[in-house]
Amino acid sequence: MSKATMNINFMGARKPLGVVSLILVIASVVLLVTRGLNLGLDFTGGTTVVVKSPTDVELSQTRSDLAAAGYGDAVVQHYGSPKEVNIRVAPEDGVDADEVGHNVFAALQGHNPELELLKVEYVGPQVGDELRDESGTAMLLALGLMMIYVWFRFSNKFGVATVVALFHDVIIVLGIFSLVQWPFDLTVLAAVLALIGYSLNDSIVVADRIREDFRNSRQNDPTQIINSAVNATFSRTINTSLTTLLVLVALYFFGGEVMRAFSEALLVGIAVGTYSSIYVVSNILFMMNVSKEDFIIPEPEEIDEMP
Amino acid sequence: MTRYPRWKFFLLLTALVVCGLYALPNLYPDAPAIQISHADAGGEVSDVARQRVLAALDEAGLSHGPGESVGTSLLVRLGDTEAQLRARDLAAVELGDNYVVALNLAATTPDWLRSIGASPMNLGLDLRGGVHFLLQVDMDAVVTSRMEAWAGNAKLTLRDAGVRYRSVDVNGTTLTVTFADQVAADAARAPLRQALDKFSMKPAGDAPETVLVLNDSALKEMQDYAVDQNRTALNKRVNELGVAEAVVQRQGADRIVVQLPGIQDASQARRILGRTATLEFRLVDNSVSQARLRTGMAPPGLEFFPFKGQEGRIVALNKSKIATGDQVIDARMGFDQQSGSPEVNVTLDSDGARRMQRITGKNVGNPMGVLFIETKTDVKKVEGEDGKLVDKITSSTDKFVINVATIQDTLGSRFRITGLDNPAEASELALLLRAGSLAAPVSIVEERTVGPSLGAENIEAGLKSMALGLTLVLIFMIAWYKLFGIIANVALLGNLIIIVGIMSLIPGATMTLPGIAGIVLTVGMAVDANVLIFERIKEDLRRGLNPRQAIEEGYARAFTTILDANITTLIVAVILFAAGTGSVQGFAVTLFIGILTSMFTSIVGTRSMAEMVYGRGARAPAKLSI
Repeated sequence: MSKATMNINFMGARKPLGVVSLILVIASVVLLVTRGLNLGLDFTGGTTVVVKSPTDVELSQTRSDLAAAGYGDAVVQHYGSPKEVNIRVAPEDGVDADEVGHNVFAALQGHNPELELLKVEYVGPQVGDELRDESGTAMLLALGLMMIYVWFRFSNKFGVATVVALFHDVIIVLGIFSLVQWPFDLTVLAAVLALIGYSLNDSIVVADRIREDFRNSRQNDPTQIINSAVNATFSRTINTSLTTLLVLVALYFFGGEVMRAFSEALLVGIAVGTYSSIYVVSNILFMMNVSKEDFIIPEPEEIDEMP
Repeated sequence: MTRYPRWKFFLLLTALVVCGLYALPNLYPDAPAIQISHADAGGEVSDVARQRVLAALDEAGLSHGPGESVGTSLLVRLGDTEAQLRARDLAAVELGDNYVVALNLAATTPDWLRSIGASPMNLGLDLRGGVHFLLQVDMDAVVTSRMEAWAGNAKLTLRDAGVRYRSVDVNGTTLTVTFADQVAADAARAPLRQALDKFSMKPAGDAPETVLVLNDSALKEMQDYAVDQNRTALNKRVNELGVAEAVVQRQGADRIVVQLPGIQDASQARRILGRTATLEFRLVDNSVSQARLRTGMAPPGLEFFPFKGQEGRIVALNKSKIATGDQVIDARMGFDQQSGSPEVNVTLDSDGARRMQRITGKNVGNPMGVLFIETKTDVKKVEGEDGKLVDKITSSTDKFVINVATIQDTLGSRFRITGLDNPAEASELALLLRAGSLAAPVSIVEERTVGPSLGAENIEAGLKSMALGLTLVLIFMIAWYKLFGIIANVALLGNLIIIVGIMSLIPGATMTLPGIAGIVLTVGMAVDANVLIFERIKEDLRRGLNPRQAIEEGYARAFTTILDANITTLIVAVILFAAGTGSVQGFAVTLFIGILTSMFTSIVGTRSMAEMVYGRGARAPAKLSI
């Protein structure tokens, strides 16, 4: 591997993949607008109870116990294993909303005394609203700061290309969360923010190399230059993604239920991010007609300023 | 390769040794223990009490530690959690009401490590189990009650000054005093301005009234005072619950965070934290007819209250109070010697005692009632001005008589309250009276309870995924980059040790499950720097540079890219820390630390090692194992 210089014609598939990206982004936006995200407890408010039983739990039995206690609307699911059950009750008004969790557990324990309480989470409606607002702000702030960083770091065309790749990744990951209706909570938000950092970095590495090659290469054809730059960074791009994917797979399988959605977001995000750092960045550069002239350093001005 | 400065290598080595030393305590598992503290804050555990507990444990055949002093409390180590639970019950019975016995975990850090200040990482509630509450202080109630008091103050001032007024109305933070005519209104301005110096007075208008608005600074001061006072009272209650290492902290303008690690019974905790129960002692007026009581229209000077647990029974109480709950300096649960029913033995402070003595002395043979007052808060959705649903905290106050007894003799500072349903109720009432009432009602707006077994599962899950992720990355790096892969792996392991060391060193840093995920992610991303460098070296070798030049160039050219990668992620970590709560902040912290340390280990560390293998001392290599 280290001997031979790689030369894959990445740019051959540029146009069809650009169309695919465009379709994915549009579909994601449509999904987000029409279907929205399956917001977790952190953002909607309400109560979640997780219980564990020494034997397998029949969900129908749990549901009827809950209905008898007045929580017929609760969403009941197995949580990782058939012995564990996750019960989610929508936020409700009035008396003792904060005691719902303990009432639910008491109702279930009446039927199954060996039941163990693993977790109760109650988020009041106003706290949920606040967390949602703060999280939205955090995401926008992260994107904004990344744009400022890129603006300092690059000329216009490269800056635009990396930022478009960044938005591409974030929108598609959110779109997939909307499509599959995976729960989106604070830990997933953390994953999306981590992805923002990761995705931008990935694109910068490729963009940096393309820029370097435009400056140094004797070639004049942008397709050739970009292709060789992508080839040169390809094993780095793949290896970094691979090591990160390896740890995420470990987290996905062994990190427990809490970490599942977190690793899902990053697994999808890094896959999309790796692709976009190659194709989205180059497609945008082509769209903006990047050429060698963009890198001619204006020399005469310096002479003018000499005293 | 040019001379690579030695000091960088030694700096790295020093950091590794120091952090490794401070990371060591995490290898010693915590031992189950019971913590005994005096029920009165600041009270010491007496030697007699200590001997009695140890004797009781010996008698039950439980093996235990010698009992060590931690601050003012006593920590006794037990063999396992089962012994710990039994020991807690034994000690509680043995010591009775004067001491609080709590379950705790004792660190088993060896003395030589403890002497350099090393201790294990703080574990978040999601890893050790426990309850997290976010309490909202009802500011409207604070403002309303204080404004009522000021309105009373205004009336008193006007009466003293001999100015007649029609009414004093409270509206939010505004007091409006209405007079019959302009003359009275003018006469009232000077005394009112003097008496209510925290208000600004609106200029006199045409109407015969004076409008006073509470100053913003005074409002803020009042709210700050209420929140701080509540925090203090909650702190006392938490101490009464006997929770080791509890956290009670103010958050923002009107919220208080309470964290109770390792607590088993969350419902008891929530009941005690949120309650604003207090008592009033008042004389009973038996002269009111049953018919009148049923109308609910109390004659002047009296108030009607229902009697708890007795449907339809109404008691007429005198409006003036003999003593109130905040004059209670001690309250203990006990049992009536004859009937065996639960009671609370109350001790009043000197003011309360004096008043109690004077009034009961004059009223021997008359009945006295104990009025129980409890404020409950709810969050309700109400339609706001713009038609949208908004959250509103509403408080409702329950007042009922729990006990009426004939005054047998002049009462002094000590007396007892009976008429309680069960021992649990008596002990809770005693606790609330002891800990003091809250300045303002609070409601729980967020709760996160993690059972102890889930905490243990989370630790296991975190460690397992870390071990697996790490192994996969180590194998991958060796397979792909051979000797340089081994170098990167050594740096990676060093990086992990440094992260754990730093997390243990920072007193406020808390490890959470997302925090472990942050470390796992750092493992994946830390090798990125090495991947970048090694790929550059390979490329330079292909361009025909000699091995030493290739190493030199590879490190130099990859540096800006590595910096980029880490700056973007650092920005994200800072935002996450600012925006996130609790466990997500744990992720931000480990990510932040991990990025900084990985820059250090994967650039300086690997470079130093590469230097040792291919550098000055060795012969110029013909070929690199990469």
